[in-house]
Amino acid sequence: MDDFLGIFFRTVFLENLALAYFLGMCTFLAVSKEIKTAFGLGVAVIVVQVLSVPLNSIIYNELLRPGALAWAGLGDLDFSYLGLLSQIAIIAALVQVLEIMLHRFFPALYHTLGIFLPLITVNCAILGASLFMVQRDYRVVESVSYGLGAGVGWALAIVALAGLREKMRYSDIPAGLQGLAITFITAGILSLGFMGIAGIKI
Amino acid sequence: MTQKNPLTTPLIEENPVALRVLGLCPALAITNSLTSALIMSAALTVVLMMSNATISLVRNLLPSSVRLIVQITVIAAAVTVIDQFLKAYLPEAAARLSVYVALIITNCIVLGRTEACAMKEGVGTSVLDALGNGLGYSLILITVAFIRELVGKGSLMGYQVLEPASQGGWFPENALVTLAPSAFFIIGMLVWGIRAWKPEQREKPDFEPIPLPRRERR
Repeated sequence: MDDFLGIFFRTVFLENLALAYFLGMCTFLAVSKEIKTAFGLGVAVIVVQVLSVPLNSIIYNELLRPGALAWAGLGDLDFSYLGLLSQIAIIAALVQVLEIMLHRFFPALYHTLGIFLPLITVNCAILGASLFMVQRDYRVVESVSYGLGAGVGWALAIVALAGLREKMRYSDIPAGLQGLAITFITAGILSLGFMGIAGIKI
Repeated sequence: MTQKNPLTTPLIEENPVALRVLGLCPALAITNSLTSALIMSAALTVVLMMSNATISLVRNLLPSSVRLIVQITVIAAAVTVIDQFLKAYLPEAAARLSVYVALIITNCIVLGRTEACAMKEGVGTSVLDALGNGLGYSLILITVAFIRELVGKGSLMGYQVLEPASQGGWFPENALVTLAPSAFFIIGMLVWGIRAWKPEQREKPDFEPIPLPRRERR
């Protein structure tokens, strides 16, 4: 249980996917103009992370990992090179299924989250979390906590950035710095703040 | 209308990172050393050229309803090839780049180019376009990595260029530059620089600040 919470808090604050590993940057910078849309996207990312990381963990650990097929008498096979293809296919399929199910059963939720779901397939935070799960050898229970932490951390970061950008709308910014450049610098300061939680190690 | 050169236009005028805001994750994450940035640039350019060429070859056979799935699969296959190649021949570099090589799959530049260029143009143009975009991307990556490694450690590609103060030299290394946040600052400044040079890339502000009336100013 301690491990579960430990992984969760470490992923949310210390190893924040957006601010420490720079994953999902394209959407992070493009969809952070308003808190409302940022929050919608954040929730969608949490949902997809919580489902996709454990699912990928099960498939990797039970089918692809070297020696995983020992139960079928094929212990010397190593399918780990298929990892990438299977992960991206699972994420794409999961997002599609989620979209269809939301449309059918929760139309209200579909209208708030629906527009963000296709964006999520190519969000590297999702694939990145699955790849880190493989790299760090997380098993199924740990991967649930990792997926949840990764999603919550990313959502927290994008909502914080959107809040800052909403405040900045009325500021007088030099022409060349307007838009993308100032957003980069704001994100940098935000990332500095998150490092402060861990205590900067120089 | 003059034909745009597919090789040189993406370098500065339509730079994939600075103008289109695509493919930022590795641009920020692995630029603390020049070597990783060079390997990453090469990997991305090769993947881009392989997938653009493949998609361009089959573009007339693809029904548009399944084109995205086919594109992702082709890209994933190309990335797997590069990933396995790096693991086999450059295991040290592959370990340092960790998941970021695999993340080329979700790099929006690759999907963006196959969708915007390879689906419409012939093989020759597509490959040139891929090379141009790969180089435009590499340009940003290498510039940022150059600044970060030189200022942060006083070295370039692992060779000590400036003598660091910690070893009795004169150059005070700035460790902050090797940390994550500075990548944001440096790219922000680069974008500012490019936009100061090319004013047509500037974005309109959401609101024009209202000038204060003279009298009421305190």
